[in-house]
Amino acid sequence: MALVSIRSVNKVYDGNVHAVKDVSLEVRDKEFMVFVGPSGCGKTTTLRMVAGLESITSGDILIGDTVVNNLPPMDRDIAMVFQNYALYPHMSVFHNMAFGLKMRKFEKPEIDKRVRDAAAILGIETLLDRKPRQLSGGQRQRVALGRAIVRHPQVFLFDEPLSNLDAKLRVQMRVELKKLHERLGTTAIYVTHDQVEAMTLGDRVVVMKDGIVQQVGEPLELYNSPANKFVAGFIGSPAMNFADVTLAESDGKLWAEAQGLRISIPGEMARRANGRNGAHATLGIRPEDIHLAGPADPADLCFDAEVEVIEQLGSEIVLDTRVGKSAFVASVDPNLRMKVHDRLKLAMNPARLHLFDAGSEAAI
Amino acid sequence: MAVTAVSGSVARPIPRLRRMEDERWLAFALLVPTAVLLGLFIAYPFVEGVLLSLNSTRVGIKGEFVGLKNFDKVWNDSIFRTSVWNTFWYTGVTTVFKLALGLWLAILLNRHFRGKALVRAFILLPFIIPTVLSTFAWKWMFDPTFSVINWTLFQLGFITQRINWLGDPDLAMTSIIIVNVWRGVPFFAISLLAGLQTISPELQEAAAIDGARPWQRFWHVTWPLLLPVTMVVVLFSVIQTFADFQLVYVMTGGGPANATHLFATYAYQLGIGTGLLSEGAAVSLAMFPFLFLIVVVQLLYIRRVETR
Repeated sequence: MALVSIRSVNKVYDGNVHAVKDVSLEVRDKEFMVFVGPSGCGKTTTLRMVAGLESITSGDILIGDTVVNNLPPMDRDIAMVFQNYALYPHMSVFHNMAFGLKMRKFEKPEIDKRVRDAAAILGIETLLDRKPRQLSGGQRQRVALGRAIVRHPQVFLFDEPLSNLDAKLRVQMRVELKKLHERLGTTAIYVTHDQVEAMTLGDRVVVMKDGIVQQVGEPLELYNSPANKFVAGFIGSPAMNFADVTLAESDGKLWAEAQGLRISIPGEMARRANGRNGAHATLGIRPEDIHLAGPADPADLCFDAEVEVIEQLGSEIVLDTRVGKSAFVASVDPNLRMKVHDRLKLAMNPARLHLFDAGSEAAI
Repeated sequence: MAVTAVSGSVARPIPRLRRMEDERWLAFALLVPTAVLLGLFIAYPFVEGVLLSLNSTRVGIKGEFVGLKNFDKVWNDSIFRTSVWNTFWYTGVTTVFKLALGLWLAILLNRHFRGKALVRAFILLPFIIPTVLSTFAWKWMFDPTFSVINWTLFQLGFITQRINWLGDPDLAMTSIIIVNVWRGVPFFAISLLAGLQTISPELQEAAAIDGARPWQRFWHVTWPLLLPVTMVVVLFSVIQTFADFQLVYVMTGGGPANATHLFATYAYQLGIGTGLLSEGAAVSLAMFPFLFLIVVVQLLYIRRVETR
């Protein structure tokens, strides 16, 4: 039993910087929960409050059934992996991993067994006598993980643990972290600014911005039904296209209109947007949901675009196009041949259209 | 055109400048100023000092070679023996206090509080004031008649009689030690603070999560990481304190009854005050083996830290 409940938690620094605003969420037992958002969104502060490294201005944090608001970090039964690893530079790998057990007065044979088990899991048995400075970034990362897992804590806390690794190693460690979590099944909270890490690692993902939780959900839920324009733009790469449109009713249909663009809004969404005739809104569509128009595509989902940049990625072509005053990015079939300044007819997948309120930016 | 003109002028032989293009000559030329300065102001006086200590020179009398006679004489001199003991006692006690108080201050100053920069600057004051001036101020504070310390203790009811701070041999030594600690703590505090600031706060947090209590965090994390800085600061301080002169000279002049002489002040009194130049030289040379040992230890330690 190790669920983490965060209930109406606020953090105010020096009486004026409101870093975390009324955050409430539940991390379920054995769940891998990812906090994601741009820097300064309050995700790390929230994590540090769970760890006990920051005080809570108001609200409650529970680990299991215990309110831990005023418990020091050592009594919360958590382990944390820091962004810069925070390995003790004067201790060998063995002693780095053993330190927490030693402080908790474990017997020598037990310490030895646990450290060697963790080292075996992480493939660092041969490094136990080395000092941190003799290790590569990836090895240090493993030691930091090892230090966390020897303790068998109730909750793992990760503070951007992969951000100091190079791109290739990051992908590799991401996979290993996922495997490790499946093997240990410990509840984990993982903070990152990288939406790819969030999507690939998280059982569920919390998107934060300006100290406020924007949406909590499974990765695909965030991807398919973002709650607002921020989540829509933050999750997914290349990012979702947005166009400022005016909604207009005619011929019994609802149209999203902008210069060079006139798209009919499909039935269900049109019903939700009922009564917005003449209102401004933001139309959203992901690059992969735009394709080169064919004879089967109805005219009310097509638009003309001028190619500005062609990015050939091998598996796909990413086109930067201009449509009136809006820019649209489309990812299309890699076998197509085209040139810059070509005029193309593109079509949107109606099931994948998004519409956001122009003021509140909430999904319609 | 310009390029050919330049290369043409280089091609013309200018012997002295050409020689500088050879790195060995250049290195030699660059080293000469330093070598001259070191030779003139360190090596020459040192050799003169050694020669003087092997002679029987006095002020106005050119002496002759007497071998180790001066050292023998000094060795059997009870004031010299007191000076040796005093120097070690003075160095040892002040270093312990300076380290303890300096570390304590450094840890306090390493926290965040309002006016941090101002306090840090303020702390350095005793270190910045010329020693002779501040020591004179202290001398007045310890003055048997006008002592502000005595006055305060008297008003608070702790004493009924004057304390003769500088007149009693033991108290005089204690007074000097107090002033030295007062003067030396800022150096320790600021150097150790600089050392503390190189230790990532993440390590403290990691240790807190690992279950270490504040004292354990200091002992297992902060102290070992601060040790290299501490060693260097201590060794610097030991060298300076061991060869201290101004403080004792101004406060007591070595008195009362030669009870507070250090190597340096006794060497000065014997050589310059009494005119026994060669015996004074022998006393000051007696410091050499100890200082040499300290420097060797320091260099070995620094090399070990650098290579690990």
